[in-house]
Formats: sequence, C-alpha cells, structure tokens
Amino acid sequence: MEIGLGHYLTVAAILFTIGIFGIFLNRKNVIVILMSIELMLLAVNINLVAFSSYLHDMVGQIFALFVLTVAAAEAAIGLAILVIYFRNRKTIAVDDVNMMKG
Amino acid sequence: MNMTSVPNLIPVLPEIILALGAMAWLMLGVIKRDSDTTGVVSTLSIATLLGALVAVVMVTDGDQTVVTMNGMFIMDPFASFIKVLILVGAAATLMVARPFMTMHHLNRFEFPAMVLLATLGMLMMVSSNDFLSLYMGLELQSLSLYVLAAFSRDRARSTEAGLKYFVLGALSSGTLLYGISLIYGFSGNIEYSVVATLGEGDAPIGLVIGLVFVLAGLSFKISAVPFHMWTPDVYEGAPTPVSAFFAAAPKVAAFALLMRVLFDSFPSLGDEWRQIVILMSVLSMFIGAFVALMQTNLKRLMAYSSIGHVGYALLGVAAGTSEGVQGVLVYLAIYLTMSLGAFAVILNLRHKDGITEEIADLAGLMKTRPGLAICMGIFMFSLAGIPPMAGFMGKLYVFMAAVDAGLITLAVIGVVTSVVGAVYYLRIVKVMFMDDPKLDFVETDGRAASMVLTVSAVFNSPVFWIVASPILAWAGWAAASLVG
Repeated sequence: MEIGLGHYLTVAAILFTIGIFGIFLNRKNVIVILMSIELMLLAVNINLVAFSSYLHDMVGQIFALFVLTVAAAEAAIGLAILVIYFRNRKTIAVDDVNMMKG
Repeated sequence: MNMTSVPNLIPVLPEIILALGAMAWLMLGVIKRDSDTTGVVSTLSIATLLGALVAVVMVTDGDQTVVTMNGMFIMDPFASFIKVLILVGAAATLMVARPFMTMHHLNRFEFPAMVLLATLGMLMMVSSNDFLSLYMGLELQSLSLYVLAAFSRDRARSTEAGLKYFVLGALSSGTLLYGISLIYGFSGNIEYSVVATLGEGDAPIGLVIGLVFVLAGLSFKISAVPFHMWTPDVYEGAPTPVSAFFAAAPKVAAFALLMRVLFDSFPSLGDEWRQIVILMSVLSMFIGAFVALMQTNLKRLMAYSSIGHVGYALLGVAAGTSEGVQGVLVYLAIYLTMSLGAFAVILNLRHKDGITEEIADLAGLMKTRPGLAICMGIFMFSLAGIPPMAGFMGKLYVFMAAVDAGLITLAVIGVVTSVVGAVYYLRIVKVMFMDDPKLDFVETDGRAASMVLTVSAVFNSPVFWIVASPILAWAGWAAASLVG
C-alpha cells in the first residue's frame, strides 16, 4: 500500500482533534494544555507540508517554517504567563483557574 | 520575477514607522533605566502612533489600490479608514492609561512598547493580502495582547486573565491555521484574490470546511458568540487601561480582517458564510443584551456590551452589500469612541481608598463629580443607541443595510435586543443621577486623559451630526473599495 495524501491528512486531523480534546477534557494542569496547543500546530504543519509536496508548491513549506517560529514564540510567552500565574497562586491545576466566573 | 528587486515600500510606511519606533523606544527604556524613562517612552510612543497616522493619510492615494511585497500587502481606502481608527484608539489608550498606571505602580516602559507592537500587528492584519501575512499580523497582535492582559503581574486576577486569554487565543489561532492549511491544500494558493477565483462554481468541500475553520478562529478575535467565553473574564481581570485597549483597537482590527477575508477571498461562497454570520449575529445580540442585565461589575458589563455591539455590527456584514460594509465602518468608528470614553470614565472612578469598578458605587456621581457623570450619561445613551446620540446613527445604518438586503427578521431582532440592552445602560444613568452618594470620589490628574474623555463625549453627543456626513462619505468610499 502506498502512503498518499489522504493518509497524511488523516493523521493530521486525528492529531488536531486530540489537541482540541486535550484542551477541553483535561482537568489536571495547564502544562498539558500547552502541550495540546503544540499538538494542534504540529497537525497544521503536517497538513501544510503534505499539501506542499502533493501540489509541488513551495509555499506550504515556507508557511510551515513560519508556523514553527511563531509556535516557539507562543510557547515562550505561554510559559512566562504560567510562571507569573504560579507565583501568585502557588498552583497550576486547571480547576483552580476560577477567580472570575461568568 | 526578479528576486533582487526591492518592493515598493511607500505603502508600508506607517508599519515601518511603528516597527522602528517600537524597537527604538524599547532599547531606550532598557538602556536608560531611571524612573522617568517611562514617561518619555510613553510620550514618544504616542508621537510615533500619530506619526504613523500622518503616514497613513499620506500614502492613501485617492481610490488607488496598491499591492506590494510580492502580493502580500495591500493598501486601499478600506485599509486606510480602519488604520486611522486603530491608531487613534491606540494613542487615546496610551493617553488615558498613564495616570492609572502611575497610581498602581505599573508604570513600566514595556507598556507603551507592547501597545506599539500590538498596533503594528493590527495594521498588518488590516493590510494583509494573503493568508501568510494575515497569520503573521494576527500573531504579532495576539502575542502582545497576551502579555498586556497579564501586565499587572503581582495581581492574581490579572495573571489569570492573561492565562485564560492565552489558552483560548492559542486555540483560536490553531483553528484558524488548520482552516488556512485546508484552504491552501484545496485551492493551491494562499493569495486572497486567487482563492476567490477558485471558489466560483462548484467549490471543493475542503475549501468550505477551511472557510468554516477560519471563520471560527476570527470570530474568537472579535468575541462573537459562541466564541465569547474569554471576554468577560479578560476584561474584568486585566488592568483597566488594557481592557480599554481590548475593547477598542483590536476589535476594530479583527472586524476589518474578518470583512477582508470574507469579501476578498470568499465572495462566491457568500451563501455559505452568510448563514454562519447571521447565526453569530443573533446569538451575540441575545447574549450581549440578556446576560449583561445581571452584571454588577462595570468592566464585565462593558464586556457583555461589547459582545452585543459585535452582534449589531455583524448585521452589516451579513447584509453583504457595500451599504452594509459602510454601516459596519461607521458603527466601528462610533463604537471606538463610545467604549474608549466609557473606559476613560471608569479609569477616573477613584475614591480616597482606591478605585472602584462596581455599578452600585456609582451612586450619586452627579453630586460628587458632575462632569464625569454627564460624560458617562452621554456614553450610556450612545451605547444604548438612543437618538440623537452618535450610537443611534451607527445602529440606524446597519439596520437599514440589513433591511435592504432582505434580512428583515434579523433587523427586528436587533431592535428588540437593543431595547433590552437599553435597560442596563439606563440603570447606570439612574444610579448616577438619582441615588444618594455613597463614596467620596476624588479628582484625578492627567490632562491628556481628560482631553480624551471630553473629545469622545463631544463626539458622541448630538454635536456628532455636524461631522456625520463627512464620516459617512469617507466610510462609503472605503466600503466601495472592498465590495464595490
């Protein structure tokens, strides 16, 4: 069996779904949410690179490089916010992020 | 294509000014670390924003649409209208922020620098001509805004607001990106105009799914229901000047981006996206009107109010006509001044033990601070859309466009929800003018802040009708360049 575009897209779709569920179903801690976000962005990258190779077009790969860079910046900022949050609350459990309700 | 040629940089001048300014003032702040640097950086940042404003006006060349940077950047009257709003909003935020930031020991030079970077991201979003520049602009804006939400880093509420905004913002960016990847895959291109031609006739199903994902991601940024969950918490938790900023410039920018994507790259899928926009509009109007009735915190109330206003403005987008876009542009311009003004009042609610954000504490404001109470009264009447205030005209134009496009039920729902919405705005007026004073409000300093307050109050008062026709004409001209 040859591995074609459809297989890559399926893997990416599964990863993306796992990422979304990881954000909403996870009740443990915020680090897991950061990992889920990373998973979503990687799913997008698989999509982009698969399409790029299928279409013989470089734009997708360039886009993937941009996404990688921005994901790194995003993770840095997310962790920084998490650190100051931890300093104030002494916990990073998702269930404790509830000072404001609405 | 000659790769070594330098692209035409003239249309990008405002962005270049902001980028250089932000980096230079950040360096200045790091090198000169004494206490009054923040004031200098703040003043320089306001000057930079105004410089960019002048540049926007200068590079707008009649009805010309200029595309540069190998097709990634577009400058047209639509972009220039929105850029003026964004820059005015950002500069006004910096002006009203300073007294508050000094008082709360948040007076760090990073604040104006982050506002500049966020504004730069917004300008890039508005001028994006393909999905890559859309993504880069959006992320530059979002990353700066995450930091701003958590700016008061010793207050648990502010950090919680930052954390919530970050998680949900990153989720929406992921959704948006997944949509972009599908659009790229099924159309083979990321340029708006090329995607638009491929959507004609029988559009591939992947393109439609991609459009839905992109729309979901962008709706989060404009906080339309059902993607609004973050708004009340972030507005309440973030430092008040940051909430004021959130309610003004980023909302206008994200709205412009939404319209650009829908009208530039999916004009032929109008029937598909119109259903989604209509649904979001109705839900936003309902949530904005009914949930706001139960709020006791002013900043939370403003958050729900902004959700409701997004619903009204989406009416104009749903109409899908040039008149609809014109209505949305006028609405955004008026909404910017209303919300900035209301937040400027909230920033001024200082008594001798601190600052209040509760509606009940506004009691008797008319007796203690009559000027402030009158300004707040004007903003509340304008937000409620009661004639002859400016807010009435914004609503009038989007409702008229919706009726002309045959969306009569939608317009009726809009009118009903604005009547419900009027209840909570008028409750604030009643508390201010009729109840007995509870707190001793003190005068606050800051000439720039009171100037912003006065100008926006005058703009929202019936005086608005004098400037109404040039603003309408300008918005019509901008709308024609997008839809026309």
